[in-house]
Amino acid sequence: MNTFLSRLNTIFAFTLSVMAALTFCCFLTTAFNSHKASVYLGTGKAIVKNVPDYSANREKSDLGFIVFDMTADLTKIFNWNVKQLFLYLTAEYETKDHQLNQVVIWDKIIRRGENAMLDYRSINTKYYFWDYGNGLKGNKNVTLTLSWNVIPNAGTLPKVMGEGSHKFKFPDEYSANRF
Amino acid sequence: TGSESPIVVVLSGSMEPAFFRGDLLFLTNYREEPIRVGEIVVFKIEGRDIPIVHRVLKVHEKEDGKVKFLTKGDNNSVDDRGLYAPGQLWLEKKDVVGRARGFVPYVGIVTILMNDYPKFKYAILACLGLFVLIHRE
Repeated sequence: MNTFLSRLNTIFAFTLSVMAALTFCCFLTTAFNSHKASVYLGTGKAIVKNVPDYSANREKSDLGFIVFDMTADLTKIFNWNVKQLFLYLTAEYETKDHQLNQVVIWDKIIRRGENAMLDYRSINTKYYFWDYGNGLKGNKNVTLTLSWNVIPNAGTLPKVMGEGSHKFKFPDEYSANRF
Repeated sequence: TGSESPIVVVLSGSMEPAFFRGDLLFLTNYREEPIRVGEIVVFKIEGRDIPIVHRVLKVHEKEDGKVKFLTKGDNNSVDDRGLYAPGQLWLEKKDVVGRARGFVPYVGIVTILMNDYPKFKYAILACLGLFVLIHRE
């Protein structure tokens, strides 16, 4: 009984150490991959409204509406240690209230095995493009970039920005029309 | 790593399918490193103990470094404003426990099992105690 238990204990401890070593090797085999890819982004119409933001402080803030195009081929990034890619489209801009603003306006999850070629034309944003304040009207330099977070089976979680960004402007007047 | 708890277990399903309950996350919390969208941050709401692991959706930073940001779980359809303290609309650097940098699946399931089934915890403790008593070296 005594040696049975100590053998069980030794086997258990050994199994744990081997699994830990294997997981580490699994991580090492893909630790130095580059995960880069090029992306084409474009925008169509862009308008700005100034309305109360009921999801936040109820003050009148700038709300942007855009349609955009996106083309990218991400199939080369997938390997056996990539469980999924979390894609997010960021709009980055500067206003007089805040030096840096980053707003995610669209995101998508692509799992290993799913179609990783993106080709969207004139699609709407997924999230509302609210500014914290009134800095979108007449903003001359809003940059759109597509980035992805690589989620492995085990290992590090790098964020990679796609090669290819797109700058656009918002008009100088608020629009009262429907989009 | 600069974080008060550099290893956390994922407790909820709000970041599926990236992280499931029981996965282990390795965190860092270098204060000078800026918060940017897309990062997975672990934060605590004032007055509550439970850390939440979600992704940063919006960042608004002023010149002096003061930053306000909004988070959302990948598997949730709305952002986290409903989770924040009453009247709180944004998170700040002080709410952050750490940023997720690395991940190992399943390993934390033991802590969740021990929390959900206290009898399991007592059984493990009893077995360990028994083992210590009868082990002869």
